[in-house]
Amino acid sequence: MAVSSSPEPDPSRREATPSPAGEHPNMYRYDEFDAAIVNQRVEQFRGQVARRLSGEILEDEFKPLRLQNGVYLQLHAYMLRVAIPYGQLSPRQLTRLSDIADKYDRNYGHFTTRQNIQFNWVALKDIPDVLAELADVEMHAIQTSGNCIRNVTSDHFAGATADEIMDPRPWCEIIRQWSTFHPEFAFLPRKFKIAVTAAEHDRAAIRVHDIGLHMRLRDGVVGFEVHVGGGQGRTPHIAAQVNDFVAEDHLLDYLEAIMRVYNRHGRRDNKYKARIKILVTELGADEFTRQVEAEYAAQTDGEKIALPREEIARIHAYFAPPDFADKPAVSDGFERAKETDPGFARWAKINLHPHKVAGYRSVTISLKPIGGAPGDATGEQMRLVARLAERYGHGDIRVTHAQNLVLPHVALDDLPALYQALADATLATANESLITDMIVCPGLDYCNLANARSIPMGQAVQAVFADPDLQADIGKLHINISGCINACGHHHVGHIGILGVDKKGEEFYQITFGGRADEKARIGDIAGPAMGFDEVPTALKRVVERYRSLRGSPDEPFVETLERIGHAPFKEALYAVD
Amino acid sequence: MPLIKQGAEAENPWVFSEDGSGLDTAGPVSVPLAVLQAETDRLLQRNAPVGVRLIPDDDPAALADHLSALSLVEVSFPKYTDGRGYSQAQLLRRRYGYAGELRAVGHVLRDQILYMHRSGFDAFETERADLPNVLNALAEFSAFYQRAADGAQPVFAARRATGA
Repeated sequence: MAVSSSPEPDPSRREATPSPAGEHPNMYRYDEFDAAIVNQRVEQFRGQVARRLSGEILEDEFKPLRLQNGVYLQLHAYMLRVAIPYGQLSPRQLTRLSDIADKYDRNYGHFTTRQNIQFNWVALKDIPDVLAELADVEMHAIQTSGNCIRNVTSDHFAGATADEIMDPRPWCEIIRQWSTFHPEFAFLPRKFKIAVTAAEHDRAAIRVHDIGLHMRLRDGVVGFEVHVGGGQGRTPHIAAQVNDFVAEDHLLDYLEAIMRVYNRHGRRDNKYKARIKILVTELGADEFTRQVEAEYAAQTDGEKIALPREEIARIHAYFAPPDFADKPAVSDGFERAKETDPGFARWAKINLHPHKVAGYRSVTISLKPIGGAPGDATGEQMRLVARLAERYGHGDIRVTHAQNLVLPHVALDDLPALYQALADATLATANESLITDMIVCPGLDYCNLANARSIPMGQAVQAVFADPDLQADIGKLHINISGCINACGHHHVGHIGILGVDKKGEEFYQITFGGRADEKARIGDIAGPAMGFDEVPTALKRVVERYRSLRGSPDEPFVETLERIGHAPFKEALYAVD
Repeated sequence: MPLIKQGAEAENPWVFSEDGSGLDTAGPVSVPLAVLQAETDRLLQRNAPVGVRLIPDDDPAALADHLSALSLVEVSFPKYTDGRGYSQAQLLRRRYGYAGELRAVGHVLRDQILYMHRSGFDAFETERADLPNVLNALAEFSAFYQRAADGAQPVFAARRATGA
């Protein structure tokens, strides 16, 4: 049942609102209330750490407190996960992250599949100071872990891409504020992740989130298609659609109804069955939906959030588009550089995304150089990207869920200079969405849950496909690697998934085919028995060769060939003995 | 066990009766929901205050018809990580209009008390937090994003009020 609303004259008019003064328009800026909340959180955590160090708080009682501040105990040290709301950063913020990497870590940070950044070597005693440095640039680590509502994620091309019906970031920010320290939902059965997209092609993987929201326009009213119960981990599920249209005025009330049904009825007897996907599955999507609708219908007027339209408009105003110069659709400088520099031409073909404004592109800065640790960036690299964003990118930087960075708004004329600067810092790998652009969890090298190494596996597979011509010929192919069943490397939704398993103390890897995280989301199928570390790269090479010989046309991506002809030929290739 | 109520230490005259025995004594008695449901008439006709103690599985809707006769609702937290009591409290206060004492009992810790307060609790039975600690916990934040059961003005309303 759709939740309707009175139509609003013209939602697109919000775009015309002038953006507030500030060093960078086009992103949310804290007012005195936001600043107070984040600063008070720093002091609260400082007190909690002091009470923990004095023994007043027991470790078991401290654990959820530190988790809800993004502090994990990893294999070797504490890890701090910093929130990057819906993946957007200003140059000043990215520079601050680089300073933290230098000062408190080993000069690098790791960008995550939740569009966040992790520091792997921070001392617990330093964390309150790090949080204070973050608060100073309007950042925090609130609810980046723990059994609460996590950082809301979105399309990394939001506000720039030609294929969105509107910019989803304002609603991401509204959800961020609503979910921050929500008193009712801080101790959920399990963690809870929300993603929002406004583009038909889903780059935010909303169907594998606890709640996935797809923005829709209906009769001039902005609303949301609501998907619930997606997730990966040991029991992967594609979300069920529980409502085809919830008007924006009612979104937060509807989310509260979902959260309350989950908080009250989600399983708490077994942490592996505690995610909302299990509740949706055990009740059935229809019964779950009925319970949500009943809870929503029972809300009294006094319970309604009734977010004022003025507040909705206030938040939208921050995201007013940058002042784009009038540019011709074709740039002579850009065309000339492609003719004279084959490296640039290749990068421009692979790492650029169409922009809604003529003469502009969104640029993917790959953090997947051959042989690197996927998603890692050094302090120097972060500082460079911040400077380049300032100079060429309207001061806007995004983190993608595939662990790359994006400059969403770059003029064609500026691309050759940008490319050169990136190339000098090994940030110009031309592999966006290609076979070497893998999502890889930290694995056994860092994580105390892992069964197997992930990063070295990624590097071994990359090595087999390192030839740029070969990669370009293969085309779009997502390989995702997880070092254990918790699936942080999203192996279930890789076109090819690689899952590390432990067999009597030895690392083995199970291969899946046919997963995808987009609007046609699907969980991959296990191809057969797991294989040893050394066998995987050559086995995948055989699979890819089989694909190249069987694809319907050079433009047919791997995952579509799989869907067209079935998995059998690829399984056969996977296990064929040379 | 120490009881902190509306920002001060308080005497606790209440007795919890797991099985409903002792109802004939004179003082205030609180019972499990199941006992209240089984012996509603006998309980509500007592000449002394009656309360009920919810466990996380209980549906607060079952109390809706009796709330005006109850002087205390206790919500138990067997383990502080079980967050169902927050929803029970919000429902009692905001949907069913319960205005009497709402007490958190069980594994009640200093660093959860602010969330409890915002969810509608006004009394905390706790071994692990003394009064100064509780008062400090309640004062840690000056602004809140949500409408909740404590009546605090949410930030989005405060922004309009200040013209921010």
